[in-house]
Amino acid sequence: MENILEIRNLKKSFGSHGVLRDISFTVKAGDVISIIGASGSGKSTMLRCINQLEDATSGQILYHGEDITAPKVDVPAYRKKVGMVFQNFNLFENMNVLENCMVGQRKVARKSKEEAEQKALFYLEKVGMAPYIKAKPRQLSGGQKQRVAIARALAMEPEILLFDEPTSALDPQMVGEVLQVMEKLAQEGLTMLIVTHEMAFAREVSKRVIFMADGVIEEEGTPEEVFGSPRSEKTREFLSRFRKC
Amino acid sequence: MISDMNFFERILYILERYGASYLKGAGTTLLIAIVSTAVGCIIGFAAGVVQTIPVDQKRDSFFKRILLRILRLILDIYVEVFRGTPMIVQAVFIYYGLSQMCNIQLGMWQAAFLVVSVNTGAYMAESVRGGIISVDPGQMEGAKAIGMNHVQAMTCVILPQAFRNILPQIGNNLIINIKDTSVLSVISIVDLFFVHKSVAGALYTYFESATIVMLIYLTMTVVTSRLLRLLEVKLDGSDNYEMTDTMDIGNQLGKKRS
Ligand SMILES: Nc1ncnc2c1ncn2[C@@H]1O[C@H](COP(=O)(O)OP(=O)(O)OP(=O)(O)O)[C@@H](O)[C@H]1O
Ligand SMILES: [Mg+2]
Repeated sequence: MENILEIRNLKKSFGSHGVLRDISFTVKAGDVISIIGASGSGKSTMLRCINQLEDATSGQILYHGEDITAPKVDVPAYRKKVGMVFQNFNLFENMNVLENCMVGQRKVARKSKEEAEQKALFYLEKVGMAPYIKAKPRQLSGGQKQRVAIARALAMEPEILLFDEPTSALDPQMVGEVLQVMEKLAQEGLTMLIVTHEMAFAREVSKRVIFMADGVIEEEGTPEEVFGSPRSEKTREFLSRFRKC
Repeated sequence: MISDMNFFERILYILERYGASYLKGAGTTLLIAIVSTAVGCIIGFAAGVVQTIPVDQKRDSFFKRILLRILRLILDIYVEVFRGTPMIVQAVFIYYGLSQMCNIQLGMWQAAFLVVSVNTGAYMAESVRGGIISVDPGQMEGAKAIGMNHVQAMTCVILPQAFRNILPQIGNNLIINIKDTSVLSVISIVDLFFVHKSVAGALYTYFESATIVMLIYLTMTVVTSRLLRLLEVKLDGSDNYEMTDTMDIGNQLGKKRS
């Protein structure tokens, strides 16, 4: 199958601090890839580079073969196709739930009000947030906000969705409701790139797991390979910390 | 005779003879303050938006970056000059200066609106810039992540929140302007303070007239601040929300489709 994304020799430094040191991997349609690794290993930075929220220092990010790090690329049009869900939700505080899911469709995709509303309701229904369309973000719990944020991203009908620790800011009892939604999306065949510390979820839901350490991909493989018989000493050490607790 | 009356009788006498003039003066004061605050806000928002345009070293043209630099320099100078000098001097400077140096004869009304607007704009520019910066950066990233460009993100997401954040400062400026239009009497604007000076001078009733004028100014500012408070509450919306019946949504959609 064709690659949606191909990351080639991606490097990123903040000043003299090299955060990403030569990252390469590919994402095919239908892939569900979990990215795990210690805090500070560069997972967020990598997702942010892929979504062009951060400028790569060098390397290429090919989207259907086109290098989107090139100067002439229409970045907003690219982002419409590559959605992102953030750790802190980033729902628009000045809009209610329905408006949050409609504004991108109306302003960016130029859809009619009726069509945007239908699509917003369809995806809000999918994440179980349809009854809350009139609520403002500040009136929702963390889990509810994250589900709305997922619906907002889905409403743009992206080709691939990036998740940056979508459950890390949530109270433990709310983690499940968000992971359930994500699992459903995975089963429906959505292409996803998920940075997570939820090892059980990564193991059960993803097709591939990438373990990052110090700005490089230390190990990559199927969940069975990475979790069952990790090749690298660093991977083993990282995973053993999770087993203990 | 007015000299035989007591304090209250004198106030009543002044109100009877000059009440209409006071009201007209108060109207002028309010008109200049409200219009100039509104125009000042527009200037302030324009300036604040320019000051917060991000510069992309890789994607922006050299020309755009230079233009932005020059614009910002001009804005910085504008803010410093109009925040750093008294409005009473600005009024004289602009009213007489434009006619002497540039041969532009401004009417005193035009001069009044111009001075107060431009003065307010200088203060608002800084408020708006602060208001934009104080919006959580995550809001901009959320907007970008669904494909919005900078203009769309600003108009749909950032500026509405910045506006809400600085609403108290806008109100503050309006109240300051209601009081500070009094300095425009130097260019012969017949505002509330000008009426006071005329009446007090004609009847030698400084204390009585000042009492009346104090009360009128106070009424205007108190009513204004209460109205603005109401607007804030309204913008914040209610603390509750209705749950929407999902069956109902289906029905609504059905209706729209047919
Ligand atoms: N804007 C920035 N400026 C300077 N340094 C940064 C910036 N953003 C990230 N870093 C640094 O880059 C490194 C990697 O950060 P990153 O957020 O990508 O890690 P992470 O793997 O996502 O960690 P976590 O699990 O804690 O989210 C860290 O050392 C961090 O301090
Ligand atoms: Mg992170």
